[in-house]
Amino acid sequence: MSAPQKAKAGAEEISVIVSAIVPVTEQVCRFEFTRPDGADFPPFSGGAHTVVTMKDADRTRLNPYSLMSDPADLSTYAISVRREDNGRGGSVFMHTQVAEGDAMTITYPVNLFSLDLRAKKHLFFAGGIGITPFLAMIGQLEQSNGNWELHYSVRSKALGSYVDMLTAKYPNKVHIYYDEKKQAIPLAALLDGQPLGTHAYVCGPSGMIGWVHDTAAGMGWPDAHVHSEEFTAPAPGAPFEVHLCKSDKTITVGEHESLLEAIERVGVKAPFMCRGGSCGQCETAVVSATGEFVHRDHWLDEADQSSGQKIMPCVSRFIGSNLELDL
Amino acid sequence: MTLQFNDETFRDDYSFYNSEWAIKRFPFPFHEDSYMYSVNMEQHRGGPEGSVYEKRFDVDEHYVSEMRDRAKVLDDDPLRCQSLPHMTLAGWDLLELIMVSKSEDYPDLFELHRNGDTWRWVNKPLGIDDTFTFLDETTLPYGPMEYITRQSQGDFAVLDQRENNLWMDAGMITTQADWSLDFDIGMNFFEWHAPVPMAHEMGIFKRALKFLLNIQQGAPARRLNWTMTVNPLLDTSPENYHKWGIQKTTLTPENIGAKQHLRVELQTFYRLPRSNGLAFPIRCYLCSFQDLMTMPKWGRRLHRVIRDLPDELATYKGFIDNRPMMLDYLSKFDDGLPTSPGIFPEPETEPPFVP
Repeated sequence: MSAPQKAKAGAEEISVIVSAIVPVTEQVCRFEFTRPDGADFPPFSGGAHTVVTMKDADRTRLNPYSLMSDPADLSTYAISVRREDNGRGGSVFMHTQVAEGDAMTITYPVNLFSLDLRAKKHLFFAGGIGITPFLAMIGQLEQSNGNWELHYSVRSKALGSYVDMLTAKYPNKVHIYYDEKKQAIPLAALLDGQPLGTHAYVCGPSGMIGWVHDTAAGMGWPDAHVHSEEFTAPAPGAPFEVHLCKSDKTITVGEHESLLEAIERVGVKAPFMCRGGSCGQCETAVVSATGEFVHRDHWLDEADQSSGQKIMPCVSRFIGSNLELDL
Repeated sequence: MTLQFNDETFRDDYSFYNSEWAIKRFPFPFHEDSYMYSVNMEQHRGGPEGSVYEKRFDVDEHYVSEMRDRAKVLDDDPLRCQSLPHMTLAGWDLLELIMVSKSEDYPDLFELHRNGDTWRWVNKPLGIDDTFTFLDETTLPYGPMEYITRQSQGDFAVLDQRENNLWMDAGMITTQADWSLDFDIGMNFFEWHAPVPMAHEMGIFKRALKFLLNIQQGAPARRLNWTMTVNPLLDTSPENYHKWGIQKTTLTPENIGAKQHLRVELQTFYRLPRSNGLAFPIRCYLCSFQDLMTMPKWGRRLHRVIRDLPDELATYKGFIDNRPMMLDYLSKFDDGLPTSPGIFPEPETEPPFVP
């Protein structure tokens, strides 16, 4: 207790039991969790995510998923997972290896996509599985009589997760657009003429997020009134070698592996929270480097990115002959 | 132990006092013989038994008297407690956090009985037994933040998080070291820290903000901060500077030991789950110089810290004019022996002071 110690990075963990696995569409499954002791989960806010630990043989996978259950019901947490057969394996593991009754570990909720509670109205734009954070946000706003409206784009009726539930429950607030019917969200018309103090939120593919931000900016919306969240798997890249100075280990980061995952694979504890380049927890100092950084995070500012002295190992990579990190 | 609450005042006749127990557990803020700013954060998950770190919200012998003082300050100036309209949910978060923590940590003093949204709160020291509906403001005599912080020692800033910044959008601030909620309300982290010297240049605030934005549910953090106050005043607000500022001129070599107080803030930081806001409780502890000098380690160290402090900081903390007199007093308790690292007084191992 002499010099103050650094706070532990990363979110706290919760042991859970998989209490239900419910098919939603042919690609999406809902996983519901309860606590082994039957206790309630911690309260959370709409837009929060949890990171699920998957023990896949000798590999540990950690994937973030939005909490989609009702924040007013803390007996259950639920996530929805879209199966990505060409993905990195986490969602396929969830769909094929996880069974009801299994014990798993998730983190405490972390919210990097929260409602702006000053908003007079909340205007939601969802694409595909990007619907999940909005389900909890809607639950939260319904409890407090909040003013909201959802515009939800799906490929087809069969692939639209929770479309039936949403349209049945909130027929006047939910608008669905089907790709198969060549329908598109009339974004410009919607952004035009909203009450002053409206906040827009978008979650979906990166193209959709960029479209909403750009269109809103072009129409004079303040940037602070447009919120987005994108869950991207770390993009692949050429393998590279890295030396971890404190633990004195040299590792090779594989093509489909993130630097953070490679660090975790050799048993070196590194802090993390969002695993998507947004939260700042895994910021790591570069000891030396000969080569070029491929920064893919939203955390470091331009000066930090170009300094060559910092990297976010959850999403960013390196092309070069020598990289040494302070880990 | 069963707490005995002092019957004391923090104004007029200043009957405030610390028992031997309170002196021994005083959060002395200097872990080494010098002081400089740092983002000195650590996890807030308990600490040594009996220390101010042990419980999530420390309750001590001053509790009842401090709550009486708070009620007086609010009678005179209701603007010490404000909450912008979007912060009501964060107020409920804070109420829940404090009620759950105190009823679990001090079951002999506080009880919380929850039946769905119907909650019953029993506060034995203050003689309160209220039943209300969670998230329904009309069932409480005050808003949720004001209700619970009229029953909790320390100030409470309740911060909204948006645009990668923190905003001072609500608070109960009656025991502050010369800053004003009414002035700061609605400001962001950089705006309300604008008056602090040197730290901006050192990049302290940028780093501190990044740290605070990342504080997560279930993982609160804490730090100590400090300043000096002449007479055991809780309310040293800018609004009342005309009353307390002048008291700094009443120090004499004879009364300095009793009148000069080291004022320490135990600052804690909690992520609020329903609003995603950040609660920032600032608990104030006061200890007179003469009581501090009963711990040889603190006597030696306080002299060295005050002696070597940069002028800018002594000015900002408001004691540059009195520093020579403070050093005359403190030097008598510094025999030049080394001090052990850490903030705790170590009375068993630290060499006794021999004048």
